[in-house]
Amino acid sequence: MELLRFFTAGNVDDGKSTLIGRLLYDSKSISTDILETLTKQSKSTGVDADIDLALLTDGLRAEREQGITIDVAYKYFTTDKRKFIIADTPGHVQYTRNMFTGASNTDLAIVLVDARHGITEQTRRHSIISNIVGIQHVLVCINKMDLVNYDEEVYNKIKEDYTHFAESLNLKKVSFIPTSALTGDNVVNHSDNLKWYHGPSLFEFLETVEIEQDFKTQEARFQVQYVIRPQTEELHDYRGYSGTILSGSFKKGDKIAVHPVDLTTTIEKIEKFGQEVDEAHAGEPVIIHVSDNIDISRGTTFVPVNDSLQTEKTFEAIVCWMDNKSFQPGQKLLLQQNSFRSKAVIKEIDNKINIYNFRSEPSDGTLHLNDFCKVTIKTAETLSFDEYANNRKTGSFILINENTNNTVAAGVIA
Amino acid sequence: MLQCNIPIKKKDAALQHPIINPKTQKKVDYLDQLEAEAIYILREVAGQFERPALLFSGGKDSICLVHLALKAFRPGKFPFPLVHVDTGHNFPEAIEYRDNLARELEEKLIVRYVADTIKEKNLQDGKGKFPSRNGLQTYTLLDVINEFEFDACIGGARRDEEKARAKERIFSVRDEFGQWDPKKQRPELWNIYNGKIDQGENVRVFPISNWTELDVWNYIKREKIQLPSIYFTHERECIKTEHGQWMNFNEFVQVEPTDKIEKVKVRYRTVGDMTCTAAVESEAHTVDDIIAELKDTKISERGATRMDDRVSEAAMEDRKKGGYF
Repeated sequence: MELLRFFTAGNVDDGKSTLIGRLLYDSKSISTDILETLTKQSKSTGVDADIDLALLTDGLRAEREQGITIDVAYKYFTTDKRKFIIADTPGHVQYTRNMFTGASNTDLAIVLVDARHGITEQTRRHSIISNIVGIQHVLVCINKMDLVNYDEEVYNKIKEDYTHFAESLNLKKVSFIPTSALTGDNVVNHSDNLKWYHGPSLFEFLETVEIEQDFKTQEARFQVQYVIRPQTEELHDYRGYSGTILSGSFKKGDKIAVHPVDLTTTIEKIEKFGQEVDEAHAGEPVIIHVSDNIDISRGTTFVPVNDSLQTEKTFEAIVCWMDNKSFQPGQKLLLQQNSFRSKAVIKEIDNKINIYNFRSEPSDGTLHLNDFCKVTIKTAETLSFDEYANNRKTGSFILINENTNNTVAAGVIA
Repeated sequence: MLQCNIPIKKKDAALQHPIINPKTQKKVDYLDQLEAEAIYILREVAGQFERPALLFSGGKDSICLVHLALKAFRPGKFPFPLVHVDTGHNFPEAIEYRDNLARELEEKLIVRYVADTIKEKNLQDGKGKFPSRNGLQTYTLLDVINEFEFDACIGGARRDEEKARAKERIFSVRDEFGQWDPKKQRPELWNIYNGKIDQGENVRVFPISNWTELDVWNYIKREKIQLPSIYFTHERECIKTEHGQWMNFNEFVQVEPTDKIEKVKVRYRTVGDMTCTAAVESEAHTVDDIIAELKDTKISERGATRMDDRVSEAAMEDRKKGGYF
């Protein structure tokens, strides 16, 4: 069975939580006791529908009181074909950072469009954020079809508009499905109201959509998380570098370059769960042993020799500012990329990205909450990286405020 | 035993790096992905913290955590002790399992008792028909964190259990009072975990956040993990509660004259305290039986077994804000 992680973007008004609620409800992933509680709650919130499915995903008291999604919520359901992890993210502009967060480790975005309103500023914003975060596949759910009399014309017009808009982005694949989350049309079951539509229902789509996992075929990358040294009598000289293969694969005997020390050595042994293996692939947790005694510690990166990996102290990136407090020039930061950490500063804010049309605009010299900006970053230690477009694992990082310890920004190297 | 000094064949060194053909590559099973994610998180804890601990309850989720820790750190020792907050209301089978496990693995086990905390702090013990120490264990937990200055506590909580948990980060920062503030959570992006904290704060880490109850059982099956016997069907003396749940009849329960003590074939879906965990009627003898049973069940794990969440809609959110796991 496969795992598919997707996120949903949209406002409460677009019926996002209702759509997820409907997916869980119609796929029989909700237990009766939870349904009972919901029925009680729905009555107290005075919503017309028998059960307010949105209450399923709004887990915090403040969210239920205000009727909005504030934070990312994770929901799970399993079919015979796949296990699904849904990151349900808030759609309002003031929660853009939460949306970016929810999107960061998913393979697919569901962008909801209200059939009555067509492509809105919000649709554009959600799609552009999906684009920056490197989502390969966007599914546009044209929802609330019941409110436009299930009109095929309406659907086609929105589809055309979106396709036109998406041309300016790098989205690899875009699909469209007409739905009504409230009535359940085309969510799990096909609908008589949408006879003109011959594609899959949302549920069928999720079960069958091909997810390209580029990281498996990319160049080999490994980063040390933790050095294992038992220091017992019988394992006196044992020194293994534990970590997960970030992309590509490594073989016993491979000649590797070790960064940032910039030395070469050979893979002497690869262990996986106490067994020696000849080869290890992207996503596998392993322990690697090398033949030379060189300075290797947490955050050290292994790559094949003569590889295209970049090693720099100054580089450009697009960052999303996530802190309530705006960036202060000279603010002391830490950059974390997987397990690598270094002191860092934002040297320059080159320009700001308009998240409604993806154009560059002049920056006002600072970074505010939810801003996307192209910046130049300088680190104290040499960073070993790839461009995000080429490798999501080695091209992404977070910035931590050294003073408050908060994660204040997320970045992709561009 | 592990051999460390394998001679290197110099001529192999120039081997070209293979590119996997996407058409022939084997698809990774979802359990492998969940396992890899959990191991990655455990190693991040080891790499980022000075004094981590693994909170061990004797329940299936924390047993899975120990199994994952073996995969993450062997042949090395665990970089953390196992810590158990013993409420005194635990099932004897879970305690026995705990002690055997620590002995067999030769890992350090720290046990602290809620009964001692009650005495030291002069606290009011749980009252009522089924006197729960669920709230009281937060005191003992915070005390043991202070005593050993733990900066990270690994726990087996899952997001599918409860809707407040569905909102919690994998690295969840708690202030010096152990409190969770859902409005001040750090954004958690990709697989980059920010465990940076100030003195006195700690991080609760949940490596199996993304697992569901069924995932846990499928993993137990695949890895052939041994569990305490109370997870499987057995005959037990029980009292039926007003909500229709089967509660174990034991020395802590205040039996009322109208109560009927019945022998029922039950198993436990979760292993918490004897006083606040209900049993479910079951004939499941094996892990396969349990998986089949779960696929059919219409009631959620906590709904079926926990009395402590019934108090209010936000019971878990409130307990977490108070320092609970």
